[in-house]
Amino acid sequence: MRPNIRTEADRSPEFAHWITSLPGAEKIRECMHCGLCSASCPLFAYMDYSPRQLMYLGREGFRDDVLGSFTIWLCTSCYQCTVECPRQIPVTEIMYALKRRAIEEKTYPKRLAIPVLAREFRRMVYDRGRISESWLVMKLMLKTGIHRMFGMVGLGWNLLRTGRFSLRRETIRHRGDLARMLEAVGHDSEVVP
Amino acid sequence: MLRENGFGPDPLTNGDPSDGDLTNGDPPVRIGVYVCHCGTNIARTVDVLRVTEKAGKLPGVTVARDYKYMCSDPGQELIKEDIEELGLNRIVVASCSPNLHEGTFRGATAAGGLNPFFFQMVNIREHASWVHEDRESATEKAIDLVRAAVRRVHHHKALETRRVPIRPEALVVGAGIAGITAALTLADAGKHVYLIEREASIGGHMAQFDKTFPTLDCAACILTPKMTQVRNHPNITLMTMTDVVKVDGYVGSYEVTVKHRPRYIDASLCVGCQLCVDACVYKRGKFEDEFDLGLSMRKPIYLPNAQAVPQVVLIDPEQCIQFSSGKCKQTCIEACDRDAIFLDQEEQVETLEVGAIILSTGFQTFDPRRSPHYGYGVYPNVYTALEVERLVNASGPTDGEIVLRDGEKPTSVGIVHCVGSRDEKTNPWCSKVCCMYSLKLAHLIKEKTDAEVYNFYIDMRTPGKGFEEFYQRIASEGTHLIRGKVASVYQPADGDGELLVDVEDTLAGMVRRIPVDMLILAVGLEPRADAEEVRRTFNITCSGGGWFMERHPKLAPVETFTDGVYLAGCCQGPKDIPETVAQAGAAAGQALALIDRAYIELEPNTAHVIAEDCSGCKTCIPLCPYQAILHDDENDRAEINEVLCKGCGVCVAACPSGSIIQNLFEDAEIYEEIEGVLAYA
Amino acid sequence: MKKLAYYPGCSLTGTGRAYDESLRAVFAALGEPLEELDDWNCCGATSYMSIDKAKAYALASRNLALAEREEADLLTPCNACYLVLEKTRRHLADSAEMGQRVQHALDAIGLRYEGKVRIRHPLEILTRQIGVERIKEAVKEPLKGLKVAPYYGCQVVRPYATFDDQYDPQTMDQLLKATGAKVVDYPFKTRCCGASQTGTLPKVGLHLVYRLLKEAQDRGADVMAVICSLCQFNLDVYQSKLRRVYDLPPIPILYFPQILGLALGIPADELGIDRCVVSARPVLERRAAHAA
Ligand SMILES: Cc1cc2nc3c(=O)[nH]c(=O)nc-3n(C[C@H](O)[C@H](O)[C@H](O)COP(=O)(O)OP(=O)(O)OC[C@H]3O[C@@H](n4cnc5c(N)ncnc54)[C@H](O)[C@@H]3O)c2cc1C
Ligand code: SF4
Ligand code: SF4
Ligand code: SF4
Ligand code: SF4
Repeated sequence: MRPNIRTEADRSPEFAHWITSLPGAEKIRECMHCGLCSASCPLFAYMDYSPRQLMYLGREGFRDDVLGSFTIWLCTSCYQCTVECPRQIPVTEIMYALKRRAIEEKTYPKRLAIPVLAREFRRMVYDRGRISESWLVMKLMLKTGIHRMFGMVGLGWNLLRTGRFSLRRETIRHRGDLARMLEAVGHDSEVVP
Repeated sequence: MLRENGFGPDPLTNGDPSDGDLTNGDPPVRIGVYVCHCGTNIARTVDVLRVTEKAGKLPGVTVARDYKYMCSDPGQELIKEDIEELGLNRIVVASCSPNLHEGTFRGATAAGGLNPFFFQMVNIREHASWVHEDRESATEKAIDLVRAAVRRVHHHKALETRRVPIRPEALVVGAGIAGITAALTLADAGKHVYLIEREASIGGHMAQFDKTFPTLDCAACILTPKMTQVRNHPNITLMTMTDVVKVDGYVGSYEVTVKHRPRYIDASLCVGCQLCVDACVYKRGKFEDEFDLGLSMRKPIYLPNAQAVPQVVLIDPEQCIQFSSGKCKQTCIEACDRDAIFLDQEEQVETLEVGAIILSTGFQTFDPRRSPHYGYGVYPNVYTALEVERLVNASGPTDGEIVLRDGEKPTSVGIVHCVGSRDEKTNPWCSKVCCMYSLKLAHLIKEKTDAEVYNFYIDMRTPGKGFEEFYQRIASEGTHLIRGKVASVYQPADGDGELLVDVEDTLAGMVRRIPVDMLILAVGLEPRADAEEVRRTFNITCSGGGWFMERHPKLAPVETFTDGVYLAGCCQGPKDIPETVAQAGAAAGQALALIDRAYIELEPNTAHVIAEDCSGCKTCIPLCPYQAILHDDENDRAEINEVLCKGCGVCVAACPSGSIIQNLFEDAEIYEEIEGVLAYA
Repeated sequence: MKKLAYYPGCSLTGTGRAYDESLRAVFAALGEPLEELDDWNCCGATSYMSIDKAKAYALASRNLALAEREEADLLTPCNACYLVLEKTRRHLADSAEMGQRVQHALDAIGLRYEGKVRIRHPLEILTRQIGVERIKEAVKEPLKGLKVAPYYGCQVVRPYATFDDQYDPQTMDQLLKATGAKVVDYPFKTRCCGASQTGTLPKVGLHLVYRLLKEAQDRGADVMAVICSLCQFNLDVYQSKLRRVYDLPPIPILYFPQILGLALGIPADELGIDRCVVSARPVLERRAAHAA
């Protein structure tokens, strides 16, 4: 277990600077720890750090604690925290940014399905311009092996039965357009190389 | 017509006022008794209806009623109407403490056309319902007390209140921002003010600050003009280096003895040029400067501070060579071309006559040596906030540069909130201003250095106009706000002078160890060391902790229990400058209201001597604590000055011939009252 | 009235097709048939935002540019698409820098976006433009006796509340009431259903689903009406799995246009009623029998 004491050497000023430079996120400094974000978060009970703690640890620069936290993967982007925060801190957008950085730095738990899903999603959009949910789900199952623990068979059958599982691959007509666009827009600048 | 719940004989069938003249010439006694529920304060524990019923049957009682709130307008109206309609000539109200409403009911009695001293109050709240749990016994007690009062009022007499003139001058003690504000307000209203300051300059703590929260305006810029105004105001007599030694007299006419300590300078001649200071045989400062809290050194002859009012130097006789050895060349005297230095100046005592007094003696900061784990006095770079106020001050010892004792700029600064406050081991109260001044210091340090600043707080207390916004602003500047009280501060032997601070970051759920090279202690506010003496001199009271006590925490926050003595500023409790100024204005307003009334009415409960009976034995004279009794040598008997008499009753009890009588406490009244309480019926 | 370009989004072509079918049927029955935005692409949804912000905005902006070319507003039924498109619209308006980058990307494929497109939701169009009165008049088979819990989900009211109240949205309630159904008082209207979690972190997701469904049933609802295909999937498809852990009777999850369509007299088949994994037939039949 990691001892629960942090020295200033554990702080990354770069990380603190990065997080408070996200649009609107300079407001994190003004967090008054009312805990409204955490208490209104539907996923709070499952989180290792509450949204409030995560914002605070981020603003203090505890990079490893933040990027290693499960919380960012639990966030469903429901925006409850953002709407409630009395200091108008854009918690959800910061969660997004943390996900992006964690994917970039590969600091997420190995078998965690969420980043895998995000990657597969990106690939499919890039190739075809639209998502074919059935294909996405199948890929996800192959990559993470969650079908075993989850028994996806019954679910698949139910979808087939109700005509919701289609193996048609959705595609846009101008398939090359997206690739061209996404090249042209360039790499996200907010993630520090 | 009788109202609901009106007990007692029907006035139409029972005892017409003109009926039977039983009391040798006096009209028959017709008493109205009113028993108050005080909401449920009394009625919860005392059976008010039973008390009323019993009272209605007592001899002399014409009517007895109960009512929810006797002090309300309709309650008072009841008394008034009954006096008019039923011809009552005595009133008894059984309710709360006379402290609270005796005046109210006397007023109602007078409004009905009776002399107000035909009224008697019975306290069945503080004396019965609030202090008892058993309803039956509490009710019995209330009945006994009411009976006593009913029997007593039979003997009441019409009395007149005395009027005493009020002197128009006022005394203000302590010339911090509170005293300055109060003095200027009074002086502007045309009253003459004696402003007494113990130190050599006025201004108090505020004069030591650089900026003031929450607006960050420069303290000197707003304070110095006021100080100069005090100096120049035709209605203000400013007396610095002065202490109050004795207070005699009474509201409207206080005699205050003050002592001026010698400055060894004629203040009327000195212009503050400081040629003498330059000429002093000490070539550089050798003694710790009090105003800079020892962060700079001064000579034995010095100007209290750059903005001092009055701009007059002084000599510290403890340090001056001439005083210790008598062998100084006295170069200062030579240098002064105005011949203002007088080493033989002596202490002077004078007596001031004033009508009202405002105490504005302020506070002192907590001495952090009492909490040794912060390392104050051990590690040179642990400072108190007041010291740092001097450091950040442009006219301070470092010209406003924030530097450590070795002259280096700090790179990491910790500010510990609540030092000495909110701790039962030291002072239990919250000092109220330190969260805000800590945020202010965090801002000033960030403005003047590149240091990381950590504020260690327990709760961030920033109530006040613009305060929360200020807090938010400081937070947005990137100050680390860490919720947790610092547990230990130490300097590792192998370190480079850094102090390691251990604190739980309670909001992150971890302990943090943070190195700082400067640690600032946000020391709390506490009553001045001599507050108890001052309290005794002015005959006022103190609340818990030693702050001067206001008459009522909500409704009379600037008055004291001593008439004509008011409170302003931090001597009453911790507060910031806006509150201090507001309170000083209120105190001045109260003093003005008193002075402009021109006279006050005194209780007629004084004693007087029945001349024919007095044997002139003089027993009473030395006993009177107010020196109100004189001996009339011509007629050989005692004479009481009713203006000085406070009605304490000592002489009455002592007089061997029983020739002193005290209004409202005549023997007959007291005996009847005692018998009334004891007559179980 | 500005032209509307219908943007179904990926989900409505897959697991959420019943939403697509019923929405088209309802708008057609009201005389305002939907026209699909030509060659629309995936909006990027929550997932893309988690990967690359600029690319996410570029992706979404192509749809805005396509609609602008048609001089239309976008009509978006899916909550996730609605938020992504609205967020993109706002961000491009607010951030000149991002606006330029995105326009640069659009230039590469010969499109322009000048910020003229509004993002509209079917609830807004139905209540504001077509109007509840007109819908009431069009009702042929009032759904008397049907008790519905209205569930709006997150992203249509958060973080932006564009056309409805953030805490207590009312537009779907009004439509449901117009059908003659009884709308139960449902405090979890806008509470997150955890749709993005149930697939990947089942324990967590299922608990959220359970709370929502239980509260609806405790308040007497026969069915739950939803406005988002992700919510529908999450609340419907996992119910059998849910019953392995929690004791909870099944409750059908219908898209609000399915309910509306029934009241307008559109046959159940055309509304995709049988695409619910938890069949709505028994409840609907019971109601019909009761009403008759
Ligand atoms: C470090 C620090 C920073 C602060 N910063 C701010 C700020 O930025 N903004 C703000 O609003 N507030 C601030 N405060 C609070 C502020 O200091 C007080 O509100 C204010 O000084 C109270 O004024 P006062 O006149 O009541 O008391 P004082 O300033 O203490 O003045 C009392 C005066 O009475 C004199 N005196 C005392 N006893 C006697 C006696 N027996 N006879 C004659 N004279 C006597 C003293 O010499 C003194 O001159 C700060 C306090 C501290 C400790
Ligand atoms: S947006 Fe994320 S962190 Fe915020 S309340 Fe929703 S799930 Fe929780
Ligand atoms: S709601 Fe806002 S202010 Fe409150 S704890 Fe969360 S982030 Fe901080
Ligand atoms: S004002 Fe703040 S620092 Fe001062 S005692 Fe109160 S809580 Fe502590
Ligand atoms: S009553 Fe008290 S104050 Fe008055 S004369 Fe007698 S001893 Fe003095």
